[in-house]
Amino acid sequence: MTTDIPSAGQERPVVNPMFLFRWEETQQAYVLLYPEGVVKLNDTAGEILKRCDGAHTVGEMIDEIAREFAAAPVQIEQSVQKFLEVSHAKGWIRRQA
Amino acid sequence: MPKDGSVVRLDGQGKPLWLVLELTYRCPLACPWCSNPVDYARCENELTTEEWKRVMREGRELGALQLGFTGGEPMLRKDVEGLVGEAHRLGYYTNLITSGVGLSEARLAALKRAGLNQIQLSIQSSRRDLTDSLVGARAFDHKLKIARLIKAYGFPMVLNVPVCRQNVDLTAEILQMAEDIGVDYLEFANIQYYNWAMVNRNELLPSLEQLKRAEALVQQARRRLDGKMTIYFVIPDYYVERPKACMNGWGAIHLTIAPDGAALPCQEARVIPGLEFPTVREKSLAWLWNESPTFRKFRGDEWMKEPCRSCSEKKKDFGGCRCQALLLTGDAANTDPACARSPHHQLIVDAVARANDPSRVYQPLVMRRTSREELDIALG
Repeated sequence: MTTDIPSAGQERPVVNPMFLFRWEETQQAYVLLYPEGVVKLNDTAGEILKRCDGAHTVGEMIDEIAREFAAAPVQIEQSVQKFLEVSHAKGWIRRQA
Repeated sequence: MPKDGSVVRLDGQGKPLWLVLELTYRCPLACPWCSNPVDYARCENELTTEEWKRVMREGRELGALQLGFTGGEPMLRKDVEGLVGEAHRLGYYTNLITSGVGLSEARLAALKRAGLNQIQLSIQSSRRDLTDSLVGARAFDHKLKIARLIKAYGFPMVLNVPVCRQNVDLTAEILQMAEDIGVDYLEFANIQYYNWAMVNRNELLPSLEQLKRAEALVQQARRRLDGKMTIYFVIPDYYVERPKACMNGWGAIHLTIAPDGAALPCQEARVIPGLEFPTVREKSLAWLWNESPTFRKFRGDEWMKEPCRSCSEKKKDFGGCRCQALLLTGDAANTDPACARSPHHQLIVDAVARANDPSRVYQPLVMRRTSREELDIALG
């Protein structure tokens, strides 16, 4: 049976337009800004959300981040997927094919 | 406006992450819970456009990220669009906190062009008659129109509903209204009993039964609307025996500039006697934040007395609210009496009992536009 739902690695997540994601010099970190709120992201979280641009698939994201942190994709795949799940639950990102 | 239930999830590391500009105390509405000082009419010396721009520049240099434009009604100033443009250029996330009065489609379009990030609109109920009587003006129809325009222009939107005895039983209708408008965040804001709200506390404080019914409706709605609309609702400190973590701690992340340029650790802090509030006309923002005795006074926990000093929760609630401690116990350094561990907690218990006493003689709400003389008479 085929469906329109892409497999996990083929999704191209995108930051929810209700949130403003950007580098903040005074914090030396990526931040997510929203009405009355700020979330400061750690290095890996920042690198993941930076690639939630609607262009990167999750698979490409994992490959790039693995290179960035000199790790094997299999080593980081689970934590990237986990962070994407949390981000989705918090409404920071939207999933799209 | 940062308040109970708002979410700044970041240790400021000593930076004033949240800069709030009270552009004016002027407002065409007369809400009887207004957070402005009761003698607000004395403040006639509003900062100029250039002075506000300097404050924003200095705030950004100190590491401020979130910028709130509030009042009074900020849209009564003609320079809001220009200030938003400058704030956007400086890299702030800009929040406009408004009653909607003074907003029009043309001004919304201009604010969008200037880079405004979000709008928080207040609405007092789902019904025209009640809303208009609570704010002392015919405002409901205009507010609804503005709410729909805010969404039409694509702003993220917070709908802020101050919760009081008069509107809390309309929670289901209010939820429906917010859903119809398509708001992103619905904030049921507990009225904080200072200034005008303190004058009207007996009439405004909802009962615990009312609040629990409302809370159950909110929980149902959260399940139904999962992901579509975020709903803030917390039972107020008067009923939970623990103080609110007011302002995330005094002088920790919040910096408010009053219309005359006075730097305040929170919008209510002017009620505390003995504190001086130098203005941005006399001092740099860096000095006001880092050095001023007022900001240092209750920063950290060195100032705490017992029972806070040895309390395991002092890093969580910072001893509660300094202004509430002052207003109710006469000493701002006391434990917030909302805390059941406070030796003054009986004051809260008594206030709750008075407001809920069925034999109490009901008083008309004292509306904000009342003059000081009229206020003295109303208060006996």
